Amino acid sequence: MSVATESPAPRNYEVVPKTSPEGSELDGELLEVAMGPQHPSTHGVFRMDVVLDGETVVKLKPVFGYLHRNHEKIAENTSYLGSMPYTDRLDYFCSLTNNWAYALAVEKLAGLQVPERAEFIRVITAELTRLQNHTSVCGFLLQDMGALGTPLMYAFREREKILDLFESLTGARMMCNYMRFGGCRCDLPPGWLDRVRKIVGDFPQFLDSYEALLNTNEILLARTQGVGRLPRELAISAGVTGPMLRACGVDYDIRKVDHYGIYDRFEFRIPLGEQGDVYDRYMIRLLEIRESLKILQQALKEVPGGPIIDPKAKLRSFRPKVGEAYGRIEGPKGELGFYLISDGSPNPYRYRVRPPSLINLTILEDMCLGQSVADAVVTLGSVDIVLGEVDR
Amino acid sequence: MEQIDQIFVHLKHGVVAFLPEGLQPLVSILISVTAIVLVFPLLFALTTVLERKGLGRIQNRPGPNRVGLPRLPTLFPWLPKLRLAGFGQFAADGIKSLTKEDIVPREADRVVHFLAPFVLLVPVLLAFSVLPVGRNMAALDLRETGLLFFFAAGAATELSVFMAGWSSHNKYSLLGAMRAIAQMISYEIPLILSSLTVVMMAGSLSLVTIVERQSGVNFGFLHGWHVFTPWGFAGFWLFLIAACAEANRTPFDLPEAESELVAGYFTEYSGFKFALFFLGEYLGLFAISGLGITLFLGGWLSPFTFLNWMPSWFWFFFKLFLMIAFFIWLRGTLPRLRLDQLMNFAWKFLLPMTLINLVVAALWHFTNSWNPALRWLLGAILLTFSYWILGRGFEAKFRPRTYRYAS
Amino acid sequence: MLGSGILKGLAETAKNFVGSYIDESGLTTIEYPDERQTLAENTRQFPFLVFDGDDAMKGLRCVSCQICEKECPPQCIFIVKSKDKKPDHVGKPQFYPATFDIDLSVCMSCQICVEVCPFEAIKMDTEFELSTSDRFGQLLLHKGQLAKPNSHFQEIHPTDAAVSDAALAADKAKAEAKAAADAKAKAEAGIPRPLASSPEAVTIPPALGPPNLPM
Repeated sequence: MSVATESPAPRNYEVVPKTSPEGSELDGELLEVAMGPQHPSTHGVFRMDVVLDGETVVKLKPVFGYLHRNHEKIAENTSYLGSMPYTDRLDYFCSLTNNWAYALAVEKLAGLQVPERAEFIRVITAELTRLQNHTSVCGFLLQDMGALGTPLMYAFREREKILDLFESLTGARMMCNYMRFGGCRCDLPPGWLDRVRKIVGDFPQFLDSYEALLNTNEILLARTQGVGRLPRELAISAGVTGPMLRACGVDYDIRKVDHYGIYDRFEFRIPLGEQGDVYDRYMIRLLEIRESLKILQQALKEVPGGPIIDPKAKLRSFRPKVGEAYGRIEGPKGELGFYLISDGSPNPYRYRVRPPSLINLTILEDMCLGQSVADAVVTLGSVDIVLGEVDR
Repeated sequence: MEQIDQIFVHLKHGVVAFLPEGLQPLVSILISVTAIVLVFPLLFALTTVLERKGLGRIQNRPGPNRVGLPRLPTLFPWLPKLRLAGFGQFAADGIKSLTKEDIVPREADRVVHFLAPFVLLVPVLLAFSVLPVGRNMAALDLRETGLLFFFAAGAATELSVFMAGWSSHNKYSLLGAMRAIAQMISYEIPLILSSLTVVMMAGSLSLVTIVERQSGVNFGFLHGWHVFTPWGFAGFWLFLIAACAEANRTPFDLPEAESELVAGYFTEYSGFKFALFFLGEYLGLFAISGLGITLFLGGWLSPFTFLNWMPSWFWFFFKLFLMIAFFIWLRGTLPRLRLDQLMNFAWKFLLPMTLINLVVAALWHFTNSWNPALRWLLGAILLTFSYWILGRGFEAKFRPRTYRYAS
Repeated sequence: MLGSGILKGLAETAKNFVGSYIDESGLTTIEYPDERQTLAENTRQFPFLVFDGDDAMKGLRCVSCQICEKECPPQCIFIVKSKDKKPDHVGKPQFYPATFDIDLSVCMSCQICVEVCPFEAIKMDTEFELSTSDRFGQLLLHKGQLAKPNSHFQEIHPTDAAVSDAALAADKAKAEAKAAADAKAKAEAGIPRPLASSPEAVTIPPALGPPNLPM
C-alpha cells in the first residue's frame, strides 16, 4: 500500500540485516512463506506473504481481496434502503455501528432529523456493539497467542448475551439491519431496557475476571510488550484510527471530535497508550469497554419516549436531493465512514466505504519487520480486522 | 490387600508357569510388552476425551458428550441411544483417522515421511519399560542404568520430529521441526539436571531403587517423598516445566503452534499417521509424567502410611491422572511463549535454577545431623532468594502498565 | 514475584471449571437438538406469504404489485402477475401472483420485503431449520410452499400480527362503510346493481398453469 511506503516517518526499529556487508558463505537462504489465505490465524481469507530469515520477518506483504464482494458497485445499483442490509455484512461483528454510519451519511444527504428516542437507541446499541467487539477481539488476540480458546470462550459467553439482546430487538443476532434513515426500524420490545441494564450491571464483574485471567500473566506481558510497535507519526500519516491510534497516544475519538449523535451529552474518558505496542492495544480496548459501560449507564437512565423515526422519512421511492455527504462514526475498529454522492435518482451515484480495518492493516509490514513470525501473528491479531470489511 | 496389590504380577507368573522352561523368559517379556502396549494407548484414548471435557469445563461448555455406543436399529431397535457421557468419542476418532485418506505431498521424501511416526512411537514405548508402575511392576529393572535408559530413549524422539519436518517438504513443517529440535535439546539439560538431584540423593540410577528410597516415614504418617524436601520441591517444579517443554505442551507448544505454523512438523500428516503422532505425543507425556512421579512423588507409594492398604498400581495411575489433569489445566489457561523467550527461559532461568538446586541438595545431604526445621529453612531461603534474583530481570523489563486518559 | 500472574490465571480457570459443575449459569451451552431456546418474538429467518381463510390460493393477500421484487436487495423474489383478478380482503378485485418464487439460497433475511409491502401480505417466519438435500430444486420455494395462514403469523409474531390485523380490519371497515354508503346512494338513485364488493359477483377462472418463464 502506498500509504506505508511513502510514509515520511522514520523506521526507528531494528531490522536484522540478512547478510553482513561483505557477505559470508554462512548466510543461508531466505524463506518465503505464504501465510494464508488458509491459515488458522489470518482471521479469514487474508494472506501475508512473509519473507523470513530464520524466524525473523524481513519482508511482509499483506494481500487482500480474497473476500471481495463488489459491495460498493452493488450499492450504486440498488436503492439507498437496499444497501442497508449489505452494510451489516461489512464488519459482521458490528453490524449496528455499520448501520449507523450509513444511516448518518444518508441523513446528512437527505436532511433528515433523528428523533430523540432513536438517538438514544442508537447510542445504546452502538455501545453494546463496542462491548462485544472489544471483548471478542481480545479473545481472538489471546487465541493467536496460543491461549487455546479459553479467553475467547469467556468473551463469547458474554457476547452471546448481547447478541440475544440484538435478536430480541432487531430479529437477527449478527445481521441486524436495524437502523433506518431518520431513525430506527422498530421500537424497543417491552422489558428490553431492563435486560440491557442487567447486562451492563453484570459486565464489570465479567471484566474483572477476564482481566484476572491473563492481564498480569508473565507470558502475556512478554509476548505483547514491545511487540508490533507502531510509531505515533506513522500511525497519523497512515490514517490509522480507533483503538490502534489511541494506543499510540493520539487523542482522537470521533465521538469527541465530531459530536455525532448525542455523544456530547455523556461523560466518558478516552484512554491513551504510550508505546503503541500490542499490549497497549489490548489494554486500551479493555479500558474502552469500561468507558462504554459508563456511557451505557448514563444513556439507560434517561431514554425518552416519542417516535423512533423521522415522519418525513420515506421507505419507498426515497430520492435524496442532488449532493454529496460523508458520514462517519467511531466504530469499534476505528473511523467508519460512508461517502455518498446523489444525482437525485433512487440509487446513489457514488458510494464509498472508508473501512477502518483496511486502513489499519496497511501498516502491518512496518509493525512486523525485524520481529519473529509469532510476533507477526500477534500483531495481526491486535489490529482487529474483519475481512468482510477489508475486502468489501 | 496384598493379593490385589500383586494381582498382575501373580497373574503373569501363573501364566508363565504353565509353559515349558525354555519359553518362559520369552513369554514373560511378551506379556510385559503387551501390557504396556495395551494400557498406555488405552490411557491415551481416555485422556483425549478427558482433556477435551476438561478444557470444555474450563471454558464453560460440556465438551464432547454425544458419541456413545452406536445404535443398531436393525438388530436392536429397542436399544436406547447410549451416550456414555461422550466416552465413545475416542473410538469414533480412531475409526475416522483410520478411514481418512492418507495424503503424502508429491515432493515429500516418501520413505522418511512414512517412517517418522513409527520412529516416534518406538522409543516412547521403550521408555515405559523401565517405569515401575507398581510394586514389583517394572517391565525392566535396569539396576545400573534405568534413568539413563529412559533419557536415551526419550531423546530419540527428536530424530522422528526432524524426520517428519524435513521429509514433508513444507515450510511450516520445517520451521516446526527446527523449533522442536532447539526446544527439546535446550530443555533436555534442565530436565536431566533436575533429575540428577534425585540420583545424588538416592545414590542409584535404578528407578525401582529410587522409589524404594522414598518409602521412609516422616511425622509418623507421611511418606518421605522427595517432593517434601526443599531441593525436591524445587526440583519437581523445574522438572515439571522442562517436562512440559519436552512433551510440547502449552505454554511450550511452539513446535506445533497452531496459530503460527498451522500444525508444525506434522502439518503434512493426515489420517492414521497423524493419529500416530498424536499418540506418540501423549505417550511421551505419560512417560515423562511417570518419570516425574517416580523421581519426586514417590512412584507407586501412597502419600500416607494409613493408606498403604490401597494397591500400589492404583497410586501410580492416580498420580499420573493428577499430573495429566495439571497439564490440561495449564493448557486451558496459558498462552504460548515465543521461541527466543523459550530459549532465554531455558538457559537463563531453568539452567541456573537447576544448578543451584544441585547445590541445595548437596547442602541437604551434608547437614544431615542438623535440626530438620533449620535444614528446611536454609534450603527454602537459598532457593527463594535465587528464584527472586533470577526473576528480577524479567520483572524489570515487563510489567503491567497504568494508563492515562485524555483530558 | 515472577509467576504470580500465571497463578492468578490458573485460579480463574479453576474457578470456572468448578463453577461449571456447581453453578447453573456456569455452563452456558444449550445442547441444541435436545434442548431448544425459545425464540425472540422479533426473530426473522425467511419470508412467507400470508393468506386469510382456509384456501391458501384463494386467500392470498398478495396482489402482485411487485414492490418487494423491486426492493429486494439481493433480488431473490420472482413474481409473475396474473392475467385475471380476484377479490382481496375488502372485496376489491385485484391481481394475484400467478408465480411467486423466493430463492432461499439468495435471500439474506433482511426483512425489507416485509417493510415495503403495503398489503401486509409478506411476513418473516421464525423457522430456521431450512436445510434440504437438494440445493437446486428444493431451495427455490414456490407460492404453495410460501403460503401460510394468518393464524401462523399471529402465533409467531403476536404483537406485529395484532398491529397488522388492526390495520386490515380498519381498511375493511372503511371499505364496507364506503360500499354501504355507495349502495345506499345507488339505492336512493334507484339503480339496482349487484355490489361490486360481494364475492359472488366476481367469477374466478380456473387457476392458470405456471406461465413459461421468460428465459
